Amino acid sequence: MSTAIGRPVDRVDGLAKITGAGRYSAEIALPGLVHAVLVTSRIPSGRIGHLDTYDAERAEGVLAVLHHLNLPKGGSVPALLPSLFGAAASGQTFFPMQDEVIHYAGQPLAVVVADTLDRAEHAARLVHITYEHTPAITTIEQGRDRAYEAEKIFAGFIPGRITRGDAAAGLAEAAETVDLSYHLAANHHNPIECSATTAVWEGDRLTLYDSTQGPNATLHTVAELLNIMPSHIRVVTGYVGGSFGCKAMIWAHPALSALAARAVHRPVRLALSREQMFSGCGHREEQEMRIVLGADRDGRLTAIRHHKLSPTSHFDDWAEPSLSVASSMYACDNYEGVYRLIKANTMTPTFTRCPGEAAGMFVMETALDELAERLDLDPLEIRLRNYAETEPGTGNPWSSKGLRECYQRGAELARWSERDPRPGRERDGNWLLGWGMASSAYPVTPPGGPQRARARIFADGSAVVQSSFADFGTGSATVMTQVAADGLGLPLERVRVQYGDTDLPNTAAAVGSAGAGMVSAAVHVATTALRDQLIAQAVADERSPLHGADPGQITVTEGRMHLRERPDTGESYAELLQRANMTDAEALGTWNPPSMMGTGYGTMTFGAQFAQVAVDPELGLCRVRRLIGVFDPGRVLNRKTAHSQLMGGMLWGMSQALLEGTVMDPAGRWSNASLGEYLVPVNADAPDVLIETVETTDTVVNPLGVKGIGEVSMVGTAAAIANAIWHATGRRHHRLPITIESVL
Amino acid sequence: MVASHLPDAVQGPGPVDVVLNVNGATHVVRIEPRVSLLDCLRDHMNLTGAKKGCNQGACGACTVWVDKRRVVACLTLAIACEGREITTIEGLAENGILHPMQKAFLSEDAFQCGYCTPGQIMSAVALLAEGHAGSDAEIAEWMSGNICRCAAYPNIRTAIRDVRDGVGGVGSAAR
Repeated sequence: MSTAIGRPVDRVDGLAKITGAGRYSAEIALPGLVHAVLVTSRIPSGRIGHLDTYDAERAEGVLAVLHHLNLPKGGSVPALLPSLFGAAASGQTFFPMQDEVIHYAGQPLAVVVADTLDRAEHAARLVHITYEHTPAITTIEQGRDRAYEAEKIFAGFIPGRITRGDAAAGLAEAAETVDLSYHLAANHHNPIECSATTAVWEGDRLTLYDSTQGPNATLHTVAELLNIMPSHIRVVTGYVGGSFGCKAMIWAHPALSALAARAVHRPVRLALSREQMFSGCGHREEQEMRIVLGADRDGRLTAIRHHKLSPTSHFDDWAEPSLSVASSMYACDNYEGVYRLIKANTMTPTFTRCPGEAAGMFVMETALDELAERLDLDPLEIRLRNYAETEPGTGNPWSSKGLRECYQRGAELARWSERDPRPGRERDGNWLLGWGMASSAYPVTPPGGPQRARARIFADGSAVVQSSFADFGTGSATVMTQVAADGLGLPLERVRVQYGDTDLPNTAAAVGSAGAGMVSAAVHVATTALRDQLIAQAVADERSPLHGADPGQITVTEGRMHLRERPDTGESYAELLQRANMTDAEALGTWNPPSMMGTGYGTMTFGAQFAQVAVDPELGLCRVRRLIGVFDPGRVLNRKTAHSQLMGGMLWGMSQALLEGTVMDPAGRWSNASLGEYLVPVNADAPDVLIETVETTDTVVNPLGVKGIGEVSMVGTAAAIANAIWHATGRRHHRLPITIESVL
Repeated sequence: MVASHLPDAVQGPGPVDVVLNVNGATHVVRIEPRVSLLDCLRDHMNLTGAKKGCNQGACGACTVWVDKRRVVACLTLAIACEGREITTIEGLAENGILHPMQKAFLSEDAFQCGYCTPGQIMSAVALLAEGHAGSDAEIAEWMSGNICRCAAYPNIRTAIRDVRDGVGGVGSAAR
């Protein structure tokens, strides 16, 4: 009988955002605040020959120049552990400014602190560094002959080789095969707010205002790096200007800001510049993939062979898990997936929205389209023929799966059955028109430990619910207010959610589309615990109209506890508390998630996407005219914010298809490290997007059955667009982004 | 005597007093002439509504009005704005009453993280005044200086249409 959950209510933090009142991490005004600026390496490999700080130290307003010779040594670099575990989560196992060795371009070599930002930036240019160069590898092409099969990738959680059945035998028996090679450019997240930390020491206690997806991840990582007790650190994350994964792990700048603040005995703000965002917080790695699909005459897959090759850093064997979802999308008994890596002079790549799923499913979904073409099958039909009724590999049942409904509804909206299957048949003036489709899927992963929230109700019947999570644009603060209101049986306007502060009950970082599921679970447990506690108090109170009633027969509406069958018998929370001379009551809620090692179910969010493109073959232009997405995210907590996030994901997929790519220059540096040259969609690139959801009931993943929506909608969009380009032009594309040059 | 806020023959490179009219109020700030309008607003006047996204004029997050025209504050020197009328997102609401465009952004969910939002709203209000909201395609073109990485673009267009057409209870364009 939920009343708030699902409603398309406006964002609770919206007023602060539309008035400019919300303070992001580089906007905290503190007395005596000074500014730190990073000086970074201009070469990808070598050593510092000489680092001359003479001019910088004497520049106006400069308070300190820190570098490997004078930076105080602290603790140790934590292991690379995904921040979903809730522990320290270093983005790479390398911490800069410890010695003179240079591993990648953009590596921090010095930090300049001055009284104003302009003076710090000016002085940073006065740090004169000479370099001793050593040979560098920064691209697949340069390191191809040094590739090795990874033992494990992704912080050790995914084996480098995954097999089931016998792929070679499956291919041998196939009636039709496709064997395709792909290249996908590196990507950078580029949230509009650059990463920033403001650090303040009070004695031996540290407060960090940090732009992060996981305030607790910042806390634990900095505690280990600086060798100070976690209890002495507080991380505050008020407003976060987007992340998309670059603020999912903890990089060097929070700890460097704390070290700088300690050195100058003043609060220090350290904000990365836009250019530094390309080498300061990870990236999606350049990748090559080869996929071989075999199918029988009816289009049923007999084998999948899917290999990936990508550069990683010198410190960590990291690859985004591009093969994972593509391996369990379709029923196929024979599978072989292999990750090969090249040690390169880049930083460790990291999570980028749909880390792996977007890339691997682009390959799977475009290859499947080519297979369908060869078999003269409709693209939707080949997907239905390979529909996985159980989880491939394990045979586990799905916790919920609404994909068939998604296909059906999406096909209706796109009028798929009216499409002429032959390419190049439809024109609009100079434009060739085409429709394409693809499947979407994204895993539902539980966090690594208990998630907590605290609910507190006051004697006037208003409530505050506290939990440490960050809202970086996902709408989590809004949906948690809705979950709390329903848990307590209060109207929305009587509930306030306080969040973004490690002094509040613990949550893991909101990553991997897991935030809504895990935090709603904690808030639900806390608020229903408080509700039950107050009902129990009423039942035990001789002066309550509910005295002696069966608690199971009592429900709460608009803050009033009453008998389900006789609503006139009851009293409000306020009456109960005031009579007992209680100013408030509170309860802590803890949700213990299912094991990360498996629930006995396949847990995924699914969807189907359809795209219409217009291609001008003479100008090489490709415009997306329509995007349609239908998804099965379990329970939708807020239709408005959910649709916005799903829409954003699909436009990210469009961007993956047509715009985004970071390119290495011959010197081993990102050559287009700016928002002028790294293309992201602008308003004129973005078509209207039609989103629908198929609500499925999921009793496995978490108490409210929330599967998560942050990423699934990006999976498949690029493939639907590429398939539509084929339908428009008759040409297949195996490189991303698909540029004007490649369309011509 | 020359009034102290009139420029000297040579100003800087050290700090000088700069007189700025921001949101209808006069402020005197002591800044180096190299300080951008954006850094001046954010770091010297504690007006952080205008955002820094790139500091290169590429993202539009810092969009404010100078003499009612939209400009990127990161590529505008504060000292060059003396004698001009500067309006930021903090000055858009009048007497605590939200501008219709602010209301429309909220009701149409025309943002997610909110970081580009002040710039989008300042651009959107100016766009209506410029007469560049005739069609969706025109809105899209003339709003393309403001990047929204959350990609709320379709909702931004809807919000602008709402204000243009006076629908959804957000009223017609007041300015």
